[in-house]
Amino acid sequence: MTSTERTDVLVVGSGFGGAIAAYHLAAGGARVVILERGPWLTGQDFDHDFKLGSSYTRAFDFTVGDGMSILGGNCVGGGSVVYFAAMPRAPRFVFERHGGIGRRMWPASVSRDTLDPWYDRVAESIPITQQNWDDVTYAGGLWAAACDHAGRTANPVPAAIDRSKCVNCNWMMAGCHFDAKQSLLLNYLPAAVAHGAEIRPLHEVQQISRTDDGGYRVHYDVMDDEDYRLRGESGTIDAKIVVIAAGAGATPVILQRSEATLGAMPHAVGRYFSGNGERLNTAIINEDKVREVLGLERENGLAYAANQIGKGPVVASWDRLDGSLPEFERFSLEQLYFPPGLGTILAEVPGATGPSWFGVDKKEILKRWQSWLIIFQMIEDNNEGVFGPPPAKGNADRLSQQMLGVGRLKYDPTPQTLRAWALADAEVKDILERDGLAEVAAWTNDVVGAYTVHPLSSCRIGDDPATSALDDRNELRGHPGIFVTDGSAVPGALTVNPAMTISALAERAIPGIVAAARERGVDVTYGAPAPDGSTSGRRGVAPLIPSLSRR
Amino acid sequence: MRPPSTDVDDTRTMTLEAFADTIVPGEKRSPDDRAIAGATTGGGAVQAGALELLGWDATGLTEGLDGFATALTGHATAYALEHGLDLDPAVPPFVSLAFEHRTALVRRLTTPGHPEKELWVSLALFCNMAFDSAAHMSTADAIAQGHPGLLAMGIEKPDADGRWRFPNFSYGRPLARLHPDTTPTGSPS
Ligand SMILES: Cc1cc2nc3c(=O)[nH]c(=O)nc-3n(C[C@H](O)[C@H](O)[C@H](O)COP(=O)(O)OP(=O)(O)OC[C@H]3O[C@@H](n4cnc5c(N)ncnc54)[C@H](O)[C@@H]3O)c2cc1C
Repeated sequence: MTSTERTDVLVVGSGFGGAIAAYHLAAGGARVVILERGPWLTGQDFDHDFKLGSSYTRAFDFTVGDGMSILGGNCVGGGSVVYFAAMPRAPRFVFERHGGIGRRMWPASVSRDTLDPWYDRVAESIPITQQNWDDVTYAGGLWAAACDHAGRTANPVPAAIDRSKCVNCNWMMAGCHFDAKQSLLLNYLPAAVAHGAEIRPLHEVQQISRTDDGGYRVHYDVMDDEDYRLRGESGTIDAKIVVIAAGAGATPVILQRSEATLGAMPHAVGRYFSGNGERLNTAIINEDKVREVLGLERENGLAYAANQIGKGPVVASWDRLDGSLPEFERFSLEQLYFPPGLGTILAEVPGATGPSWFGVDKKEILKRWQSWLIIFQMIEDNNEGVFGPPPAKGNADRLSQQMLGVGRLKYDPTPQTLRAWALADAEVKDILERDGLAEVAAWTNDVVGAYTVHPLSSCRIGDDPATSALDDRNELRGHPGIFVTDGSAVPGALTVNPAMTISALAERAIPGIVAAARERGVDVTYGAPAPDGSTSGRRGVAPLIPSLSRR
Repeated sequence: MRPPSTDVDDTRTMTLEAFADTIVPGEKRSPDDRAIAGATTGGGAVQAGALELLGWDATGLTEGLDGFATALTGHATAYALEHGLDLDPAVPPFVSLAFEHRTALVRRLTTPGHPEKELWVSLALFCNMAFDSAAHMSTADAIAQGHPGLLAMGIEKPDADGRWRFPNFSYGRPLARLHPDTTPTGSPS
């Protein structure tokens, strides 16, 4: 018989939700093990290379579903390693949303006011910079100037980027070689390890079962470090508390697969998935007009032609984040860069009739790639996604050695979502086609469905057991001791980039997890400072702790 | 003109080349090139290495390539029949189709609702990747060797250490008014 290992707390996934939980519980004195599906890469490993098998494909994961595909991180640090580090807080009205359920979808205890102290804790832990116009790249500057020309406002976006180290290489999605991007590899995770947390990369969790003493047994497979289609040995670890943070595309799949051993899951597990209302538009910029109309010019007499230069999103237009507008009419528009590989295939030819994601005209626009400006819309979608029965292993049938898999998510947008996208498309066109500045076309949804890098809500918190899988302290209904702290807990689309809100909710969940661990005999306390030892955030949340520690 | 092809591999190669060329079209390699339709100037997916990429098992498609080619032959034959087109027996049926028919057929196969859509989309995805990112070779090498896709897109050369850095990256001046409701953290209120 193989002996099963034991720990106090087992964390599944090492992205924002997982890293934050692991740090606080380890710093509070618990034994913590983190199982992470992907490899453990650091600055030196992050290549500037599109070759399959370079860090670009090792570190992220693309899961094609029916109507929606998800791009996410697959490595220690999760999405923080591949993300663009935009870290805005969600606007106030978001927390009042009803979506399709006819009542407020967030728990009564969560609003922008009650979340702000938790946002502050995150901002103290992950250094976030308010970028200024000197940090704004050509692409962001062009977007800002076009917004201004159209009578709109535009803001440099707060980002977790150390400006002194950033070389504007635009390889953020392959992991930051220069450690300018403040991923979790530079804050929560090393602090967790310093407090004794153990990270095990290339361990993919399959399911969870119960132990005789009221705890849980987590079943994993060890993955090959180069060809993720190959699996090695399997194993189990017993824990008193399980924190699931495998991301909104994987967490519900683990729970669905565990139904056979844990018993029925709440109805909302694997339902109400949101792609954060994302949609992308490509504008093909008319260089002459940029010079004439906007008066922009850069070195060597160029006007723009700078698509390759820079970093992720640096400038967003928040004019439509207006709480007085009706739901499904509010959205933000953010300038963005997507590299070749996954960043061109879905772009369509402006003005084309019929599909144009491939062929002669598509090649012509590829030749003008330097003059592309990509605009990212985040609308209010309607939580339409549902996960079908889980695949045999993991959360997708992996097709290629890395990166590409076929998952079970089905996403069929409702008329509200389609209309919201259409409104946002029209707004982008109005701003960028004005005075011939550009020609714009939205990315097609016909090839791999809608495309999200912001999966949310597949296992959400809420007050209503019928529409939320977790209570308002992130505990899985009917399965005490199992907590979910990742993007799947967020109830709906946020109209801005989600990592800041995912992290704030994870920070907010910690007092409840600590209390549950103590009830189960784990000698752990709440109250660790930020990973660098700062304590002002801790003071800010102190008044909120008692209500979160009580059941 | 080439003699009729009897070689299975040749049939497969030509068929897949013609598919790749439909995704990112290129210029004929020689006047008697049949796989590449010659719909545009400059190299397309084929010259960019689509077949090399598809032949690398890292893509997960390699074992299925025979099946893709056979299926494409079947679809092309049916398409020709449906449209009353004569196929040239000297080349595989898909290769025999004129470029606009190849395009129409690929559109049909990749339209939502087509039962084989996922397969054809994944094949198209890698054909596009061969052109826009040379995913079968190191990017710095691809640029140094004049990869037609990366060159056509104007991807800049890296520094000597194979990394990109852009010391000039910003217009460096305010270009819009900030949203009036921005909070001190720089977020929407
Ligand atoms: C290209 C890109 C750019 C982005 N840019 C931004 C941005 O600028 N701003 C922003 O706010 N957000 C951005 N995001 C989104 C952001 O990265 C995610 O919202 C965030 O990482 C989600 O955090 P999470 O904790 O829910 O899960 P993740 O960070 O996705 O972490 C989940 C982890 O679990 C692992 N895992 C999955 N299944 C298993 C399993 N079975 N067993 C063990 N481990 C498992 C995964 O490998 C992963 O490491 C971006 C995402 C991408 C892909």
